[in-house]
Amino acid sequence: MSRQVFAYIKHSAGEVEDSAYELIKVAEQIDPQAEVTALLFGTGDELDKACQQAASIYPQVWKVDKQEHSYPNAELIRPQMMNLLPADAVVLASFDTFGMDLTPGLSVKMGSSHLADIVGVEGMEGDTLKAVRQEHGGQVHTHVTCDMSSGAILSVRGGVFPASEGGQSGQVVDKTAEAGDVQARRKFLEVREAEIGEVDITKEDILISIGRGIEEEENIEIAQELAEAAGGVVSCSRPVVDAKWMDKSRQVGTSGKTVKPKIYLAMGISGSFQHMGGVKGNPFIVAVNKNSKAPIFQVAHVGVVEDLLEFAPTLTEKIQEMK
Amino acid sequence: MNILVCVKRVPDPAENEIEINKDGSDIDREDLVYSVNEWDNYAVEEAIQIRDQHGGSVTVVSVGDEDSEEILRREMAMGADQGILVSDDAFQGSDGLGLATILKSVAESGNYDLILAGAQSDEGAAQTGGMLAALLDYPYASLVNEIQVQGGDKLQVGREIEGGNQEVNEIELPCVLSIQSGINEPRYVGIRGIRKVSGVEIPEKGASDLGLSEDQVGEQAARVKRVDYFHPEMGEGAEILEGSTEEVAEKLVELLKSKGGLK
Repeated sequence: MSRQVFAYIKHSAGEVEDSAYELIKVAEQIDPQAEVTALLFGTGDELDKACQQAASIYPQVWKVDKQEHSYPNAELIRPQMMNLLPADAVVLASFDTFGMDLTPGLSVKMGSSHLADIVGVEGMEGDTLKAVRQEHGGQVHTHVTCDMSSGAILSVRGGVFPASEGGQSGQVVDKTAEAGDVQARRKFLEVREAEIGEVDITKEDILISIGRGIEEEENIEIAQELAEAAGGVVSCSRPVVDAKWMDKSRQVGTSGKTVKPKIYLAMGISGSFQHMGGVKGNPFIVAVNKNSKAPIFQVAHVGVVEDLLEFAPTLTEKIQEMK
Repeated sequence: MNILVCVKRVPDPAENEIEINKDGSDIDREDLVYSVNEWDNYAVEEAIQIRDQHGGSVTVVSVGDEDSEEILRREMAMGADQGILVSDDAFQGSDGLGLATILKSVAESGNYDLILAGAQSDEGAAQTGGMLAALLDYPYASLVNEIQVQGGDKLQVGREIEGGNQEVNEIELPCVLSIQSGINEPRYVGIRGIRKVSGVEIPEKGASDLGLSEDQVGEQAARVKRVDYFHPEMGEGAEILEGSTEEVAEKLVELLKSKGGLK
């Protein structure tokens, strides 16, 4: 019997997120015969539009249309999914800020296995899935096995699996009544938009980006001097903002800004996927890091294995001499 | 408010380059520098600040071997009132659910209004808090970057979502929250602070103390298992510039010029 696989599809303003195109490919890699159903929670015209788009990717689409889903609240959606899904369902969701809210608890409530943040699928052996994850900030990969005999909830890293080209003409089924009415002990109030700082790093062509390797707040000056010489501005990764050394508006990453520079000079940045998720537009990436194993060297075009505190001042001098 | 904070001892990401051992069964643990998981440290600081404003207590718990006592002591030096070390050979090989099951027993053996965990740790699964909440049947919010206590039985919490935006929610107590880094500025702990708590007794609990059996925790119960560690065959990766610092800098300037990267 083929496995029933469900993909939780995030959408906003009537459009599905890119992950919708990737999750079906993950399902196919797990089981080419799988019956894959897209699950969409939302309300009104925007939900219907997103469902139409999902039906161009998935053979079947289930929608739950309730006013309470105008903004997704995992505490409401989780019990409704339990009402809808067969107990041994395989559920795919993306490993993002909503997935982290939804999937760990869903696995417990459904009595299913939970496998988070997969970056590769090796295949099935009986009811056991073999998959690939990363640990220690992407410095090492692991093979993991997941017993799917009583169902499994898998969260999937975005942007690492291929994207489906669509071309399906799936059927949209209204499952609103079956989802049932549930009470949540968590209520969504509002979204507060991030502030735009005095420098808008999303509009800059040259970014000198610093991470944990800057070591101390005083050393940021080294990056500023380099940025001035190169005609760019300083951006940063999460640890620099966490330490309150730079404003949040300077942070590149999925939880910060998405930038599209021509040159991205990453100094002392290990290159976690959350950070690289904010670097778009295929810039020329230069990595300076004293750890030759840092994942950033896998995505950079050019690498320098040196301590940025030594290298940056020399680079500044050379730019001033040679430009 | 009585707060339980779950903390883990991990290789310090600022101090280590992670290598894999010879047979790929583990990372190379020789000469690793360990510390408390960064996210957990923010969670402890947040708990201390809430206690100082609203009263109550902060308990830190760690599941691990005896070495985990040092991080419990460190967090107590920060200001946590008590520590619990949960340690047993039977816990070896537990998966995420096994760990959450252990923590559930700890939570139920106390009287906690609020349970905090770091948003993620060295394994990067970001699952402990969410699983624990579901096991306890408490409401949950992940990636919390702001907490305000509202009257007796509610919190207003901010969650960090994509784009650096903040999603604001109201959540009922008791609840579980996973804490995002940057929520506060964790206080500095000096050697003197740690010395002050060096004599404090930290109770140790095992499987039988917590009423846990082999079909619930450990290798046998695990449905998710790590098979091995490996380095994948990557594409070419970056072209590494070789030479003295000066030579490398010169090469890089030429490259940047050719890419139109210098104005």
